Amino acid sequence: MKQPFESVVAQHSVTVLRVCRALLGVHDADDAWSETFLAAIRAYPDLPETANVEAWLVTIARHKAIDVQRAAKRDPLPVQTLPEEPTSIGIPGTDDTDLWEFVGRLPDKQRQAITFRYLAGMSHAEIAAILGGTVDAARRAAADGLKTLRKHYPGANTKGAVP
Amino acid sequence: MSDIRNDDALTALSAPIDPETLARLHARLEHEAQAEGLVDVAYTTVDSPVGKLLLAATTKGLIRVAYAREDHDRVLENLAEKVSLRILRAPKRLDAAARELDEYFDRRRKVFDLALDLSLSRGFRQLVQQHLPEIGYGQTRSYREVAELVGNPRAVRAVGTACATNPLPVVVPCHRVLRTDGTLGGYVGGLNAKTALLELEAAA
Repeated sequence: MKQPFESVVAQHSVTVLRVCRALLGVHDADDAWSETFLAAIRAYPDLPETANVEAWLVTIARHKAIDVQRAAKRDPLPVQTLPEEPTSIGIPGTDDTDLWEFVGRLPDKQRQAITFRYLAGMSHAEIAAILGGTVDAARRAAADGLKTLRKHYPGANTKGAVP
Repeated sequence: MSDIRNDDALTALSAPIDPETLARLHARLEHEAQAEGLVDVAYTTVDSPVGKLLLAATTKGLIRVAYAREDHDRVLENLAEKVSLRILRAPKRLDAAARELDEYFDRRRKVFDLALDLSLSRGFRQLVQQHLPEIGYGQTRSYREVAELVGNPRAVRAVGTACATNPLPVVVPCHRVLRTDGTLGGYVGGLNAKTALLELEAAA
């Protein structure tokens, strides 16, 4: 039996926001989140009972993120022209918005693969189906993205030893 | 996989998102979905002297008032099945109902002036529920008298069922219907709640 839509929001709100943040950065993520759930409440009555609700929402979120990005490109953000340089304003990671910036700078395929794999918990096969391309390519994109992220995100050196 | 589980970058990516952010996003969704006519059922919960009450409304009016003992999650599932899946916690639509209930429990209101959506009931049950507000504040009637009121004096049992399945307790005053011998009969909110409402109205 399908849940009331409010339960869908309660259960998947956080995952959808993480996906939107990973695809767009923290500042534009809210718009994509709203557009996602607005489209979802519209289409929800027609969703088959057996559907994977989270995968369905992530797919909508990806489309909405592309829309938001296109709209932003017509009105370019100053941040896109900023040179990449070491931060001088403290430790990235104490405010996790820094990390979302790093994610935002990854190449598209890597960013999406990482988001779907680690934030939405999708399989490499599901990711390949969304991104197009082979399962191996999806796996490689996720691994490469993670490697780049580790290199640029110095949290590992500042948060103390994790066994 | 252990390197992934202990990866600081991933830990930070999946860090908790603060409740204020989620509340702000939810409020925005309520507003935008409402503006586009996508909220078929809006609901909220309010505190009252008879416990937490769930209030739900369609665009036509108040469709459900539910006691905690009815299990609010189940009530919402039932609304999803019977009315629409497009249910959202959106308290704004319930502002008037919440305010009038507040006044009622404060003994500042004797009659509810709210649009009602009785579509959860059909036929004779709905007919009885339409007539129940004719029993004035602080008064009581027997099941038999209500059967006479709706023009079907033999339907005493059916009146009992109509009261027991009233989707809008408190607002549609089934608590004012008692057994012919003056004992309480049943109540969807439990006998304590029925007594509390009758005492509240008697004291005013």
